[in-house]
Amino acid sequence: MRANVPQYDVVAPPTLAEALALMAREPGVWTPLAGGTDLMVLFEAGKLPPGRYLSIWGLPELAGIQVTADAVTLGALTTYGEIRANATVQADLPMLVRAARETGAIAIQNRGTIGGNIANASPAADSPPALVAYDAALTLISAAGTRTTAFRGFHTGYKRMDLRPGELVQSVRVLRRPAADGWVHFYKKVGTRAFQAISKVGFAGCAQVVDGVAREVRIGLASVAPTVLVAAHTEAALEGARVADPGLEARAAQAMVRDVTAIDDIRSTARYRSQVAANLAAAFVRALRERG
Amino acid sequence: MAEVAFGKVAITFTVNGVERTVETYPMARLLDVLREELRLTGTKEGCGEGECGACSAFVDGKLVNTCLVPVIQARGATIETIEGLATGDELHAVQQAFIDAGGAQCGICTPGMVLATVALLREHPDPNEAQIREGLAGNLCRCTGYIKIFDSVATAARAIRAREDASGHGGGAA
Repeated sequence: MRANVPQYDVVAPPTLAEALALMAREPGVWTPLAGGTDLMVLFEAGKLPPGRYLSIWGLPELAGIQVTADAVTLGALTTYGEIRANATVQADLPMLVRAARETGAIAIQNRGTIGGNIANASPAADSPPALVAYDAALTLISAAGTRTTAFRGFHTGYKRMDLRPGELVQSVRVLRRPAADGWVHFYKKVGTRAFQAISKVGFAGCAQVVDGVAREVRIGLASVAPTVLVAAHTEAALEGARVADPGLEARAAQAMVRDVTAIDDIRSTARYRSQVAANLAAAFVRALRERG
Repeated sequence: MAEVAFGKVAITFTVNGVERTVETYPMARLLDVLREELRLTGTKEGCGEGECGACSAFVDGKLVNTCLVPVIQARGATIETIEGLATGDELHAVQQAFIDAGGAQCGICTPGMVLATVALLREHPDPNEAQIREGLAGNLCRCTGYIKIFDSVATAARAIRAREDASGHGGGAA
């Protein structure tokens, strides 16, 4: 059933400071609303709780991509379209571009934001696996100040995360990983169609291969656990491994089966997801080997 | 239990070159404001959840699904709907191409298809088939089977490039 519009208040403060002050003054009252590509879907379905919403769309303090010699910082309101169009992200962080392309179509990519994708905390979202694989750092901001935390571990359970009352995601920082330095990027989304499909399994793996040895192995998955998954067993199985080792694919696949806690739902089955995740772990090993 | 109701607010934006002010609820969907307050019914509602693209319009130059935009976020914005595309009685090249190539059947998806095509051709004036398919991936049609729509996009791209060649300058479509 469609929502009853008068039961929703929305304010749009002109500055971040005013938005944070309002959240501090009335804790728990205001729900942030960015590009609306998740919340407005719930609204139309009558599943968005009535109450007060704080529109942060357009706040300049949360917008834009900053590039330095070694890192890229995405403001929370950076849209998927902006990620796709950034030359540095294309070159050094290509899985963020892949994830952005996988999220809805053009009109969604013009409104959906990286901060919204993080704070919406869907286990099926396309960008969190890439942020796990790139070992992103989050900066969170409230009226009391900012703090920085690792993206890996930020989500603690289904729709649960380490975001305190009065806090907003301010930005996401990732180190640049140029292919010339041996970085391998492996992103694969398995869904029903090439476009406009939510994932059955999403996989993002990144590692640096130098002299045939894999280092800094980081792997994130979507849709195989209650939240974005850090594939810790698989990472450990690959860290320091010689990529030419013929047994490596099988060990990675076995470790991945231990990492996932998939379920049956409307999009897939636990058995299929677990098998596909294991196959993707083996495919990641082959990608590392091509590089090595 | 009494339900809390919040008040309306005044919101001003520019639609197809004309400044308009509406008095409405801040969470009202831009789609509903366009259709019901401003009577711009060329913008259609299909799914209401950002999948089908029938409600597409440009907001500040970006193609968006107006079903997912709370109207308060359009305050001060420049909005272009399908009604603003033609110049008087002269259809936009993309509209004409959809007629010439048979890209429209029942017509519900057509305004969104046309605007998504305009957005695509601004970025890729000479799109290949993969670019056309990706550019229109967010627009669903249940009549045509899409082939005539892809033909329409290619026809429009040729027409716009020919016109720009004839006028002796390049630049983006539309």
